[in-house]
Amino acid sequence: MEGQSVEELLAKAERDEAEKLQRITVHKELELEFDLGNLLASDRNPPTALRRAGSAPEAELRALARDNTQLLINQLWQLPTERVEEALVAHLPEPATRLPREKPLPRPRPLTRWQQFARLKGIRPRKKTNLVWDEVSGQWRRRWGYQRARDDTKEWLIEVPGGADPLEDQFAKRLQAKKERVAKNELNRLRNLARAHKMQLPSAAGLHPTGHQDRDELGRAMQVAKVSTASVGRFQERLPKEKAPRGSGKKRKFQPLFGDFAAEKKNQLELLRVMNSKKPQLDVTKATNKQMREEDQEAAARRRKMSQKGKRKGGRQGPGGKRKGGPPSQGGKRKGGLGGKANPRPSGPGGKRKGGQHPGGKRRK
Amino acid sequence: MDALDRVVKPKTKRAKRFLEKREPKLSENIKNAMLIKGGNANLTVTQVLRDVYALKKPYGVLYKKKNITRPFEDQTSLEFFSKKSDCSLFMFGSHNKKRPNNLVIGRMYDYHVLDMIELGIEKFVSLKDIKNSKCPEGTKPMLIFAGDEFDVTEDYRRLKNLLIDFFRGPTVPNIRLAGLDYVLHFTALNGKIYFRSYKLLLKKSGCRTPRIELEEMGPSLDLVVRRTHLASDDLYKLSMKMPKALKPKKRKNISQDTFGTTYGRIHMQKQDLSKLQTRKMKGLKKRPAERITEDQENKPKRIKNN
Repeated sequence: MEGQSVEELLAKAERDEAEKLQRITVHKELELEFDLGNLLASDRNPPTALRRAGSAPEAELRALARDNTQLLINQLWQLPTERVEEALVAHLPEPATRLPREKPLPRPRPLTRWQQFARLKGIRPRKKTNLVWDEVSGQWRRRWGYQRARDDTKEWLIEVPGGADPLEDQFAKRLQAKKERVAKNELNRLRNLARAHKMQLPSAAGLHPTGHQDRDELGRAMQVAKVSTASVGRFQERLPKEKAPRGSGKKRKFQPLFGDFAAEKKNQLELLRVMNSKKPQLDVTKATNKQMREEDQEAAARRRKMSQKGKRKGGRQGPGGKRKGGPPSQGGKRKGGLGGKANPRPSGPGGKRKGGQHPGGKRRK
Repeated sequence: MDALDRVVKPKTKRAKRFLEKREPKLSENIKNAMLIKGGNANLTVTQVLRDVYALKKPYGVLYKKKNITRPFEDQTSLEFFSKKSDCSLFMFGSHNKKRPNNLVIGRMYDYHVLDMIELGIEKFVSLKDIKNSKCPEGTKPMLIFAGDEFDVTEDYRRLKNLLIDFFRGPTVPNIRLAGLDYVLHFTALNGKIYFRSYKLLLKKSGCRTPRIELEEMGPSLDLVVRRTHLASDDLYKLSMKMPKALKPKKRKNISQDTFGTTYGRIHMQKQDLSKLQTRKMKGLKKRPAERITEDQENKPKRIKNN
């Protein structure tokens, strides 16, 4: 008897639950796709009921909308909720639909001249207070800007310094100095800006005479000017100690069509021999140069890592840190052996090289 | 370009804030829509634009005057408007004999037209014609797309993407469940798109989730796709590019087995087991006397070999 009543109770409970859920369940052939971050639902089922409705589909549309909305609401109510100021708030996930941006991605700006220097030296900005005590006026004033603390152009009495002309206007001199400082600041800002833009368009940068070109720009401009003659720079004179520019000249050299017959025969026979031989040929020079270049790259990467680690430890230089003001043998190209290095390099696979050069390998630049 | 990177720097903080709002950012602002009337817009089209503006308030601009342009021929004036008002979505309404009740809906990328789709309005019931209560402006709508035609052709897929982009509203992390007010329902059937908007009524059901009843509230449009001007694939891909900072970060070296236990992986270098630091047992420590006898044992062996 009791067993039966327990079963009956369970069955009744199930039926009750089914009834409760009946009000919110919707039957669909294909499940909807939900993007809850956008409160979006996509129904892929073909709308057969609507097709039957024909011209006035309003009621059918509303029924379809009600079903779809019910499903979406069911999904939304299953999200994790919390109570925020007497309102039940659901935590939405990230939107899944990918939509195009309205503006392109911001490009990283290149560092200014000061920022590069500070990064190299490990200088960090020091936090400064907003207001400074001004003795003259006896109040706290801002550090710079309108009515700043120590404004030397606003003084009402200036002593003529010892070696100066007594008829000179000292007030005008101070104003002039301030104007020059402002102009210099503006110039540097524009130069930083131009450098940042030059990084983005490096083609025609230094070719127009502005008066503020740096050394490489001037060199490039001079080369371009030399080549812009009718005979493409062949008869241009050079200064006594001026070197020929690198990188100009023919990029590929071809042998003349008929010349040295013996050398041609030798080359062809050598080619046939190499093609016929079963063993692969090893070009010792190429192999050793490749090996040396790889070792150089590894050593450079390790040095950079060490210098980065050194920077992280509060700006002090680590053992392998790059120093611009260091001994002059460090910068520039390395010629010949490596005995000229001042700081001890971490000896990795290149440890054996410290004595001399590789046997049989030429150091090609 | 930053506000500070311009040749002429902004002189006031207000100007600086204005420029900073408009510059490209990692996570972008909410897209604004501009609603423009063409040179020959009739009453229907004007009313449609006003209704859509009501739906899109406050993220929209409705231009009152008529502008004589043709979006499909010349996009420069649209781009100029977009730059001036910083709007990346637009809707342009016009009417002529060849294309009656025309509505061009589109979006911009970097102030240039990305996608444009021309829709014809066949039937229109306005907000004022349906006499019941409306929902407050600025609420985030729910969007539902029904019909399998939305995934068949590229045109319809882009149209779906464009409609989501247009009507989406701000992206929020949390939403008040009682504040879900209205739903926009798009059905694609026989080449027509039925756009209906309903107000949501939450009724009691036995369990926690409420039963939904809908009441027709807002503008209802029957649309037909006319011309399209879609962006080329690579421009579209460029516009979809997500910055690396916003991509979800992968958690490496963590795995879970079927029972739910989380495993982590640690990578170690090779250890020299002879130099391993174990617990020190003072009793087993070698006393100096023992060490000397060991050495003496080793040494005679060497002398013998010599």
